[in-house]
Amino acid sequence: MQKDEIRQVILNCEVEAGNFSVGGEASSRLKSLLHKLGISGQTIRKIAIATYELEINIIIHTHGGSLKAEVSPSEVRVIASDKGPGIADIEKAFQPGYSTANQKAREMGFGAGMGLCNIKRYSDELHVETEVGKGTEIEARIYLRESGDSSE
Amino acid sequence: MKLKEVREILSAQVIVEGVEDLELISGCGADLMSDVLAFSKENTVLLTGLTNPQVIRTAEMTDLSLIVFVRGKQPPVETIELAKDRGIPLMKTDKPLYQACGLLYSAGLRAEKLAKLK
Repeated sequence: MQKDEIRQVILNCEVEAGNFSVGGEASSRLKSLLHKLGISGQTIRKIAIATYELEINIIIHTHGGSLKAEVSPSEVRVIASDKGPGIADIEKAFQPGYSTANQKAREMGFGAGMGLCNIKRYSDELHVETEVGKGTEIEARIYLRESGDSSE
Repeated sequence: MKLKEVREILSAQVIVEGVEDLELISGCGADLMSDVLAFSKENTVLLTGLTNPQVIRTAEMTDLSLIVFVRGKQPPVETIELAKDRGIPLMKTDKPLYQACGLLYSAGLRAEKLAKLK
C-alpha cells in the first residue's frame, strides 16, 4: 500500500466485555458498509469473519475494548484494541485448539481455540501488540484485489 | 438440493421461512462456532445443536443459507428474531446430528470444501 493513500474510517465503536447479546453487531454493520462500497462477496466474507472473531475475542477475553475499520483503495484494516488483560503467551494463543475461554463462552459454542487462527487465515497481514496488565491491539489487513474489488 | 427437500428429508419444522426453491450446494455439521467460521461457503446449510443468537451472527458472517437445529432443539425468541431480521431461514428436526447429516449426504448434498478463501 502506498504511504500517501487516503484511508477512511468507516467503523469505530466500543465493544463491551461479556455482552453476548449485542455481540456481532459491529461486524454485521461493517459487512453492510463494505457491501455498499462494492467490494466482492468473497473478500467481504473474509473481512466479516476476521472482524467477528476479533469482536467476539474482545467480549470473551477482555475487560472491554473497541473495533475500528479503515478503508483505502488497496486494503481494509480492522483494528481491535482492548483495556486488558493482555495475552500472556502469544504463541500458545495462536495454536489451534488452545483456548482460555470461560465456561459461559464454551456453553455458547465458543472456545474451540480457533479464533486467532481464523483471523490469521483470512488476513493478508496481521499485527499483534500486547502487554500483560495493559491490553492488546490486533490489526488485520485484507488486500482488495484488482478485479471485482473497489472501495471507490 | 433445494431448501424444501432438506425439510422433507429431515421431516423438519420451519421456524423462519426461506425461499423453498433455494439451491443448496453443501452442508456443514458443527457444534462449535469457530469450526463453522474456519470453513465457509455460500449456499451451505448448517446443522447444529447451538441455538443461541450468536449462531445467527456466525451464519451472517459466513453467508450461510439455512440453519437446521437438530435433536429437537427449539431456539429462544432472541435467536428467532435475529434470524428474521437478518433474513436467515431456520428449521428444526428431531433427528440427531449424525443421522441428519448422513441423510442429507446420502441424498447428494456434498460436504463443504476445506478450501481457503483466497
